[in-house]
Amino acid sequence: MPEKLLKKTACTLSPLGDSAIVITFGNGMEYSVHKKIKLLKDLLEDEPFAGFIECVPAYTNLTVFYDPLVIYKEQNKSNGNETTSPFEMVRSILEMKLQDLKEDKKLIHRTVTIPVCYGNEYGPDLEYVARYNDLTTDEVIHIHSIGEYLAYMIGFAPGFPFLGGLSENIATPRRSSPRMTIPAGAVGIAGMQTGVYPISTPGGWQLIGQTPTKLFLPNVNPPSLLQAGDIVKFHPITDQEYKEMILKEGVQ
Amino acid sequence: MSLRVIKPGLLTSIQDLGRKGFKQHGVIVSGAMDAHSLRIANMLVGNEEGEAALEITLMGPTIKVEKNCLISITGGNLSPTLDNKVVPMWKPILVKNGSILRFEGCKSGCRAYLTVAGGFAIPEIMESKSTYLRAGIGGYMGRALKAGDVLEFNEPSKNLDDRTFFKGSFSFPKWFVNEKEFMPGGKPHIRFIDGSQYEYFTDSSKDSFVERLFKVSNQSDRMGYRISGPALKLKDNGELLSEAVTNGSVQVPPDGNPIILLSDSQTTGGYPKIAQVITADLPIIAQVKPGESIQFLRVNLKEAERLFLQKERQLNELKVSISLALKKWLDI
Repeated sequence: MPEKLLKKTACTLSPLGDSAIVITFGNGMEYSVHKKIKLLKDLLEDEPFAGFIECVPAYTNLTVFYDPLVIYKEQNKSNGNETTSPFEMVRSILEMKLQDLKEDKKLIHRTVTIPVCYGNEYGPDLEYVARYNDLTTDEVIHIHSIGEYLAYMIGFAPGFPFLGGLSENIATPRRSSPRMTIPAGAVGIAGMQTGVYPISTPGGWQLIGQTPTKLFLPNVNPPSLLQAGDIVKFHPITDQEYKEMILKEGVQ
Repeated sequence: MSLRVIKPGLLTSIQDLGRKGFKQHGVIVSGAMDAHSLRIANMLVGNEEGEAALEITLMGPTIKVEKNCLISITGGNLSPTLDNKVVPMWKPILVKNGSILRFEGCKSGCRAYLTVAGGFAIPEIMESKSTYLRAGIGGYMGRALKAGDVLEFNEPSKNLDDRTFFKGSFSFPKWFVNEKEFMPGGKPHIRFIDGSQYEYFTDSSKDSFVERLFKVSNQSDRMGYRISGPALKLKDNGELLSEAVTNGSVQVPPDGNPIILLSDSQTTGGYPKIAQVITADLPIIAQVKPGESIQFLRVNLKEAERLFLQKERQLNELKVSISLALKKWLDI
């Protein structure tokens, strides 16, 4: 596979099929890696090249999707003679962009607070999480809601955030048998991860609460409340507040 | 101006070429499984190539045509009939108001595409008319078709009201698209380039991936095809962090049975990817039924790109010739 190490910003570029390229900056969940991914994403979105479709951030890499037909036509327009592959063409564009990456630039993070009604029928696994970690349910709620979480990526389901930064003190393994349906808005824990289910899906996370906030907004652009790079906070609300907010948000 | 659904069939949904640019928000692409057949079906009725069509799976619907219209059916042969007479595929068909369209059973392939001149009058959501079944959005009320649904379509550019039908309820030209170029018969050969984690797999797994046949299981749908064959093993069982996946990514979960991700695939995944099916061959997979077997063939990226561009050229030439022939026929 064509892979090349760049001198300036350490990364590798490799194909994901014939219509996408993956730029990998590291191999673990680290802020410095996230930062490079976010900087490159912003750069590409500010000045998209012809044939650019979008880029999808993940923990260690950014995947750039492109239309190889547009790339091919563009390159024939500009040089007309020797045709290289669309992948090679996109790679050279990205290499140039990477030279422009200002790594010392500070990222600006948006903070989004998500209200959560913890426990009881809203969080059927809260007691299990407390027992598992030798804590009271109030302590679990406290630890979960004082945390600040970085959204590394959105995936799995529309608007679903992969959040980093969960306290080890409340980390809990997935349920041994997954639920057939998890309601939209469920807040859960799986290992060292926490997240919110934007739509109803099957899933194995330990459910500790429920938010009235909608994370997937199909009629709004962007359709996801959260974006990679957002800081997410959880704010405990009462049953009463939850019900009032549901009325205001419309039917969930 | 509408098509009325009498019986919905096994899984009939509105699909176009999918939502592009929303994967970063976790929104799947959706869209036709066999994009080539969809594009050709649109060319045959004079629509934009990416207009929405009905994607019909294995057992087709029964539909009442409620206005004279120009339709086309491409893709898998699910034995379409109009008022009990066989309808040819891969051609434009003028259909008389009141006719009943049926699909009598699957002869070959898995998915057929039905387009209507003017296109279905369905609002776009995130720049596409495709049905996103799991999220319940797009297409016709965000779901597969049900009995009683009425699909409105837009006014076609040519008025078809004064057409006379000398015999029966439909008419068609002599010419047709040579389907063999898009629906190769025989054992499906699926070409791939190395997946992002190809090197994570043992040599014997890499060998068996191309040497042995893989059977498409019954748990295969628009999200992905689960295939079974020799179990594929990793050299080390390392954890992989989730990253973007795409149409054609072949993931291998711990049980060793690969999953080929397709139109409704999740946007990200955490299983190692042994292969990536080339774009030119995705329509071939779309026409493979559960229970059938496929043979993988390894190619390099240059070859994948060459095959992609070749297919696009072929489709473009087809578009030009269809457009001329269609104009001539409709003016008669």
